[in-house]
Amino acid sequence: MSMPKVISLAALLLAGAGAMALAADDGKNGLGARPGLGQPITEADVKPWDITILPDGTNLPPGSGTAAVGAKVFVDKGCNQCHGDGGKGGKNAALVTDEKLQGQGIEANKTIKDFWAYSTTLYDYIRRAMPWPTPHTLSDEDTYNLVAYILAENKLIDANAVMDAKTLPQVKMPNHDNFIVKFPDRI
Amino acid sequence: MGILRKRGGAGWSAPDEFVAGNGLLHRRALLGRGLMLAGAAGVSAASGATGAAAEPLQNAEWSMHQGTTVEATGRRSKFEKDTVRILSNPKGEPRTQHARTPHHRLSGSITPSHLHFTILHNGIPDIDPEQHKLVIHGMVKQPMVFTMDKLMRYPMVTRQTFVECGGNSSLMFSNEPIQKDLQYLHGLVSNSEWTGVLLSTLLDEVGVDPKAVWMLPEGADTPLLTRSVPLKKAWDDAILVLYQNGERLMAEQGYPVRLLLPGWEGNMNTKYVRRIKITDQPAMSYYEARNYSPILPDYTAYKFYFVNEVKSFITSPSFGQSLKDPGYYEISGVAYSGTGRIERVMVSADGGKSWADAAVQGPTMHKAFTRFHIPWRWDGSPATLTSRAIDDGGNIQPLRADFVKERGQTLKPATNMMGFYSQHYNSLTSWGINAKGEIAHVYA
Repeated sequence: MSMPKVISLAALLLAGAGAMALAADDGKNGLGARPGLGQPITEADVKPWDITILPDGTNLPPGSGTAAVGAKVFVDKGCNQCHGDGGKGGKNAALVTDEKLQGQGIEANKTIKDFWAYSTTLYDYIRRAMPWPTPHTLSDEDTYNLVAYILAENKLIDANAVMDAKTLPQVKMPNHDNFIVKFPDRI
Repeated sequence: MGILRKRGGAGWSAPDEFVAGNGLLHRRALLGRGLMLAGAAGVSAASGATGAAAEPLQNAEWSMHQGTTVEATGRRSKFEKDTVRILSNPKGEPRTQHARTPHHRLSGSITPSHLHFTILHNGIPDIDPEQHKLVIHGMVKQPMVFTMDKLMRYPMVTRQTFVECGGNSSLMFSNEPIQKDLQYLHGLVSNSEWTGVLLSTLLDEVGVDPKAVWMLPEGADTPLLTRSVPLKKAWDDAILVLYQNGERLMAEQGYPVRLLLPGWEGNMNTKYVRRIKITDQPAMSYYEARNYSPILPDYTAYKFYFVNEVKSFITSPSFGQSLKDPGYYEISGVAYSGTGRIERVMVSADGGKSWADAAVQGPTMHKAFTRFHIPWRWDGSPATLTSRAIDDGGNIQPLRADFVKERGQTLKPATNMMGFYSQHYNSLTSWGINAKGEIAHVYA
């Protein structure tokens, strides 16, 4: 619709600005050379901040955890104060519930068991943001234990299963295949 | 599309040019001769009303003494004390805090910085710019760290754009219309002028691996909020923002630096950005894997919605206001699109039976608020006002029936006025006006 107008305006500007402006326009806003003011850094130096876990397990740390230990960490770290005893819900969301999506409408609760598509999200988010009042105080091991506890209580893994960098990404989440990419052309 | 065109003569004998049902007037009446005609009618009516009843003009109390002392930062009139944001968590309890823009009390297109909506998941971090750093690493030739004083020396761009929470307008998913003002219905969108460094400038310097597809920006706030963003968007128009409406970013908007992704859901516009990792896959972080994946009527869900599609709503008249007398009013509102420029806004005063083109206030900008106006002569009978915007890509706001068919609505009426029932609502908003001039929120 307005495309021809845009093109003709651009052509007019270029013509008016002349050859000098064209010469200076190197695709960097006409401002010439790169500022180059960043300091080189190594991936090893970035490590303390490089905490994002990818769905294939990339970046999961060494260590492991079980539901039995996780049950204790859940209380020791005060998780139950917001999420209730056994993670069944308190002043904040229930982590362990049999509530279904089906039949609850578009406003259904997005439960870990029935909605979350990736087990790795759990590890990433707990270590990144929890406990809410005292973030960044959980060890990698604490996090594995908590993840194992929540997954086991939701019957997504065996009660005795060990969660580590290898086993966690393999946990099958029931809702995994029910997501549709809205605008594939934007990726 | 059913636009009634009753073109009268242009002379004094034809003061009103009705263009759609229930009293909508030609937008031309806002300019030039049309306005003169309306003004002339007003003068004659007013002169008939003056006389014995009018109080004599005199100097008011505030004209009689020195005013208050000018302060280092300006303040608003005390008579505007109600133009404030509503808060979801005013005591700062350990959960998310939201502040919503009072669109029903504002006009123009820029949202004042202190009335811009904000959502903070664990409070506002108080970041010292001298200590803040931005790292770009991952699938790059040379990872780099940028300090704020260095970043401030980079070439900058300035543009207007709206930022809208993916969950804005969530109450519009209620199966019955919620009787609340615009602050509740659409308060999680605002529009500013932003200034900063194009992210592509820094990506050029670190040298992105051609096999990379995603970037994972992360904030320095307590939850280290992170999202996955396609690199395509980074190269297109992403900005590392340093200034908002001419001054350094508000603390609650991401000071000292935030990522701006024009037209894309607010949560992705990472505040306090301290790290951007370049990858070949998304992280499926909490906010994309859970919060911003809207559930559909068949219980599948959309993921990676990202874009805030074309949308508009009437701010005046709107819920919370009332019409005192029949006669001339200007209908006004905002329109915006996350994919382009607003091309056209249509307004109806009869619930969508007939439509008229509103005047679109220029200059219209890509992915920015565009204000529209249309004159209206209310005859005192019931009317239903609604607006419908079209962007320069030909995208049109969906009618509510079509929207709900695809996206669904709640099974029961929404009860939590600050709740989030679904995301990415861009259908119509309608105001029902009764014979008393009272305004209700209705679905038309």
